[in-house]
Amino acid sequence: MTEIKIPEVALVALVGVSGSGKSTFAAKHFGAGNVLSGDHFRFLVSGDENDQAVSAEAFDALYYVAAKRLEAQRLTVVDATNTQPHARAAVLKLAKEHHVLPVAIVLDVDEDTCWERTEARPDRDFGRPVIKRQRRDLKRSLRFLAKEGFRRVFVLSTAEDIDGAHVTLEPLWTDKTHLTGPFDIIGDVHGCAEELRTLLGELGYVLRFDDEGRAVGAAHPEGRTAVFVGDLVDRGPDSPGALRLAMGMVGEGTALCVPGNHEDKLARHLRGRKVTVAHGLAETIEQLDRETPEFRAEVVRFIDGLVSHVRLDGGRLVVAHAGIKERLQGRASARVRAFCLYGETTGETDEFGLPVRHPWAREYRGRAMVVYGHTPTPVPEWVNNTICLDTGAVFGGRLTALRYPERELVSVPATAVHYEPVKPFPVHNTVDGPADDGGMLGLGDVTGRRTIETGYGRITIPAEQNAAALEVMSRFALEPARVPWLPPTMAPCSTSTREGYLEHPAEAFADYRGDGVVKVVCEEKHMGSRAVVRVHRDDPSKGAIYTRTGRSFFGPGETSALLTRVASAAEGLFEELRSDWLLLDGELLPWSAKAMGLIRGQYAAVGAAATGVLPAAVEVLRGIADRAEGAGELLASLRERRDNAFAYRDAYRAYVGGDEVTLAPFVVLASEGAAHHARDHGWHLSMADRLVAADPALFTPTRRMTVSLDDEAQVEAATDWWLDLTAAGGEGMVVKPWEGLVRNGRRIAQPGVKCRGREYLRIIYGPDYTRPDNLERLRDRHLGRKRGLAIRENALGMEALDRLAAGEPLWRVHELVFAILALESEGVDPRL
Amino acid sequence: MVGTRHDDRVLLTISTTHRPATDLGYLLAKHPGRLQRFETSAGPAYVGYPRADDERCTVALVLDVDPVGLARGRNIAEDFTLGQYVNDRPYAASSLLSVALGKVFRSALGGRSKDRPELTGTPLPLEVRVPVLRGTPELCERLFAPLGWAVEAKPLPLDPDRPEWGDAPYADLTLTGELTLSAALSHLYVLLPVLDNAKHYWISTDEVDKLVRAGAGWLATHPARDLITRRYLKRKGSLVHEAKARLAEEIESLVDDGAHVLDEDAELPVAAEQKTPLAARRREAILAVLKEKGAVKVADLGCGGGALLLDLFADHAFREILGADVSTRALEIAERRLKLERRGDLERERITLVQTALTYTDDRLKGFDAAVLMEVVEHVDPPRLPALAHAVFGHAAPSTVVMTTPNAEYNVRYEGMADGAVRHHDHRFEWDRAAFAAWCAEQGARYGYDVAITGIGDEDGEVGSPTQMAVFSKGAAA
Repeated sequence: MTEIKIPEVALVALVGVSGSGKSTFAAKHFGAGNVLSGDHFRFLVSGDENDQAVSAEAFDALYYVAAKRLEAQRLTVVDATNTQPHARAAVLKLAKEHHVLPVAIVLDVDEDTCWERTEARPDRDFGRPVIKRQRRDLKRSLRFLAKEGFRRVFVLSTAEDIDGAHVTLEPLWTDKTHLTGPFDIIGDVHGCAEELRTLLGELGYVLRFDDEGRAVGAAHPEGRTAVFVGDLVDRGPDSPGALRLAMGMVGEGTALCVPGNHEDKLARHLRGRKVTVAHGLAETIEQLDRETPEFRAEVVRFIDGLVSHVRLDGGRLVVAHAGIKERLQGRASARVRAFCLYGETTGETDEFGLPVRHPWAREYRGRAMVVYGHTPTPVPEWVNNTICLDTGAVFGGRLTALRYPERELVSVPATAVHYEPVKPFPVHNTVDGPADDGGMLGLGDVTGRRTIETGYGRITIPAEQNAAALEVMSRFALEPARVPWLPPTMAPCSTSTREGYLEHPAEAFADYRGDGVVKVVCEEKHMGSRAVVRVHRDDPSKGAIYTRTGRSFFGPGETSALLTRVASAAEGLFEELRSDWLLLDGELLPWSAKAMGLIRGQYAAVGAAATGVLPAAVEVLRGIADRAEGAGELLASLRERRDNAFAYRDAYRAYVGGDEVTLAPFVVLASEGAAHHARDHGWHLSMADRLVAADPALFTPTRRMTVSLDDEAQVEAATDWWLDLTAAGGEGMVVKPWEGLVRNGRRIAQPGVKCRGREYLRIIYGPDYTRPDNLERLRDRHLGRKRGLAIRENALGMEALDRLAAGEPLWRVHELVFAILALESEGVDPRL
Repeated sequence: MVGTRHDDRVLLTISTTHRPATDLGYLLAKHPGRLQRFETSAGPAYVGYPRADDERCTVALVLDVDPVGLARGRNIAEDFTLGQYVNDRPYAASSLLSVALGKVFRSALGGRSKDRPELTGTPLPLEVRVPVLRGTPELCERLFAPLGWAVEAKPLPLDPDRPEWGDAPYADLTLTGELTLSAALSHLYVLLPVLDNAKHYWISTDEVDKLVRAGAGWLATHPARDLITRRYLKRKGSLVHEAKARLAEEIESLVDDGAHVLDEDAELPVAAEQKTPLAARRREAILAVLKEKGAVKVADLGCGGGALLLDLFADHAFREILGADVSTRALEIAERRLKLERRGDLERERITLVQTALTYTDDRLKGFDAAVLMEVVEHVDPPRLPALAHAVFGHAAPSTVVMTTPNAEYNVRYEGMADGAVRHHDHRFEWDRAAFAAWCAEQGARYGYDVAITGIGDEDGEVGSPTQMAVFSKGAAA
């Protein structure tokens, strides 16, 4: 029996002449879902699987599909004769491009058998010479396959070989996804064995010593696993000590290790290869010279056994010495190894003669967390879900570890400057470039047609809407890092058919009853502008007060002054939520503070025009009515309109306040490590009340009423409350499910509906909207789109808060914020 | 709209003291003893006479604009500004009134009368009153006075309770003069929409015909002719070109195509001594740098309406040109001005227009010899500048970056510019020479570029040139 072992992800070329049984073999061992057959692609391209004239086009298509499969890390088998070198070259090129192992399986079946099988098939119309030629090509190729680049070659020459073959798929060496940790990932040690022992102790490991008192192993009582990011050796005082401890731990299974460039070079040196002795290698050589030859041999074996990178915890964590791009994760090739050891360089060198590194982490968009070392940095910083742990222990910095999944950093200081760096340490941080996070966002993160998976459904944003949002976001919004959320739009309640009303509480309550909601909270709708407040406890300049499109309400000075007051009022909340920052949703009052332009340009202007023309028109009509029949009716309605015009003017005047700005918060969106959208509104409002109590001059309370929808008396009381509120010039109320997030089956209920007052709607719909005929027409107002939009934007918003709380990279949060803005550009009746 | 009631009014009255004044009714072909109703595309219009005797006759045109019908359409996205909340359209005389006027008084507008043909060519003492008209008193004067009207235009207060808010954008207009009725009507017909610059209903090429016809005899010689043509056909750039062609017999010099809205210097007070416009000198200077550097592949980042792209495209030394802007509207204008749809494949392949935002990295901007940011940085909020620098110098990383920006010090040389004001309403800042130099030096050091700064425009010994230009050259091997 021939055992065929190939990696789980590989590009397999079957090699054999027509009739050698390739397709049968492929189907038996790999399953139709993994096999791309040349015949089949000929069929797809031309309708005839034997049409040799379309071979070039067919293989073009085949390799294209193969590339897509390899991108997605899928085993791919090419079922074609592959007897000619040019065909195999194409396969090898593909494997190389995707960093997968090329494998050849040769079915070396004799010519007679092949001809017999071919003849038996009525659709094969080529003659024996074709098979003879293929056979000759095959024979000629056989001994070159390995040389051409096939990393594994299996030749099956007899029927028994073929029938008895057994294919085993082996996990890739880099695939340690079944290990779930928890892990302690340790940065570049560089011969700082003493610091390493201290750090392991700090992490809770118990060291094991040999007879000579040398640390030769360590284990964690809770079964944690250490992971070394490589560069255990060179420069430092005790590289053998670091190696001995790490090798011992790896040997006994309490640690994993990936190779660093320094190990790589050391191993080459130890094997007798000629290498430039620099960058601290001399020290290691000298130290190793004092060790036994057995130890040195063990070191070589250890380093040889290290695999470029490891994927851990179901693929959620990847450790590689110099980091690794998403495309290269879980792949194997010389280039992958080179990237893992050295990272990517731009080909330039800096003023110290060191290679300029390409900041791959800035562009990293992978789902897996990448933990690496290699580049000394004073303080480890998260960049797009990647972190560099080399904190320059050997240069007198610190030796650092990351606890996973806790994401906690643990470090110990170096006992001395063990080695003078070429480039002064600490230099500026790993990721060169601006501190501004915006530089880490790519256009590809936000443009084109995008589908975003959220915990609340999958949402698609059309390309045109993203294009519209790009202009607003890039020209007017604050820096993306300050805007982790935007307020979703809110739908009005179902349209009322009650005489004289377009919106009425009865409909809002009925809407929620329909969603199975029993308890709601009615919150006064403030007569202000929607405002999001991001406040930091210690530094007001890090915060922001922004509009529903992410624009700052005020200049930096005024914002800081307000935030300083907010922060001091929020002291108790910071304490309780154990957070140094808060994200609040609310309103900024009065409306005229920010909307004066709108009030003057739109509402006052309409008022001026209406109150200007209508009295004049009444005058003219009075003259006409004296002289002509049938003008009386027109005159009467004109008088009514004139009165509506003055009522309209009164309605907008209620929104013009003084210069004093106040905030009316009603939701605590998020704080450090927590999104609060699953909490009930009682909690949110109690937090808001505490802010009001702390600084009543800065904060405006939100009047509210809680209603059990099955209690008629409460429903009636809330309705009366709304009538009073709006009769006094109030805007109306927002009705929300008390519980906050409510699911009705697979659907999520509206997070709130607005129920606006009769007079307020005059500003929106025009002075005369209350006329019965106008109301009748306005009732047909197509709420469906607005509701759908509210639900989708809310889902994006909740996901943004979840990702913010989970400390996900900026681009992951920003794509949602951007999507909310993009959806806002949808053509929905703006009066809803 | 049929069958609905809506009672918002737009009002216009025309009076005459011609004897007998009631001839007005015959000229208009509207009976003075009746209130008549007409359907127009803007809504029903009523014509009636509050006074009609031998001494004085006044006709009133009252237009019923249907605000609910106007805004309730489902394709609001297509004309967002009109759909947005309430608007003044039902109350203020505007293009809608012009539409109604054209329909209701069509024969009089055309100078035809069945009953008083001899009067159509006779100037009559006329008084026209529009109590609420969209437009400023100044513009009313500028448009109507050259046509022989005595213009009385009073502004309306925005809100009598809030005198500090100032005036509403309306005038209470009274015109008096001796003109033929058809001339008076044609003036109103053309100029009401011109006054109502902000919002428009013109949608078809018929409008060009109408303008040419109604303006016959007076438009070609009107001192505000360009303004009238441009505003009348606003938002229909291609129509302007058509009007241009069709008016060619009457008008020799013609209007531009609306790209002025994107002109950086449109809001700039004109400096008296300026001979060649600053914008042109800026482009000349930039082109000279690109030539000197031997740039073949050039990206114009923030290309706007394509002023520089036109120059680049005209010069075949530039083999690959990229125009990038965040505004899709600007890109459309650029595409139109480049006349891309009329060019051959080979020519078209030289130029690509893409939407991008310089605060995001964009791979499409990589691989160019030179990138130009002409009057761009000052449109970016200062906190976003590091992102822009990263996207341009760090990511796109062309060999040469040419950047121009206003020199704030020079602003004192512009007459009428307030202290500390900026040259364009969207400028987020304007740097003095020291600030620009410092910023450039910082980027140069960070991203490995050498920087050379010069001035563009007439240099002033004290305050420098109006525009400053920085040329960044990537260090050989930094």
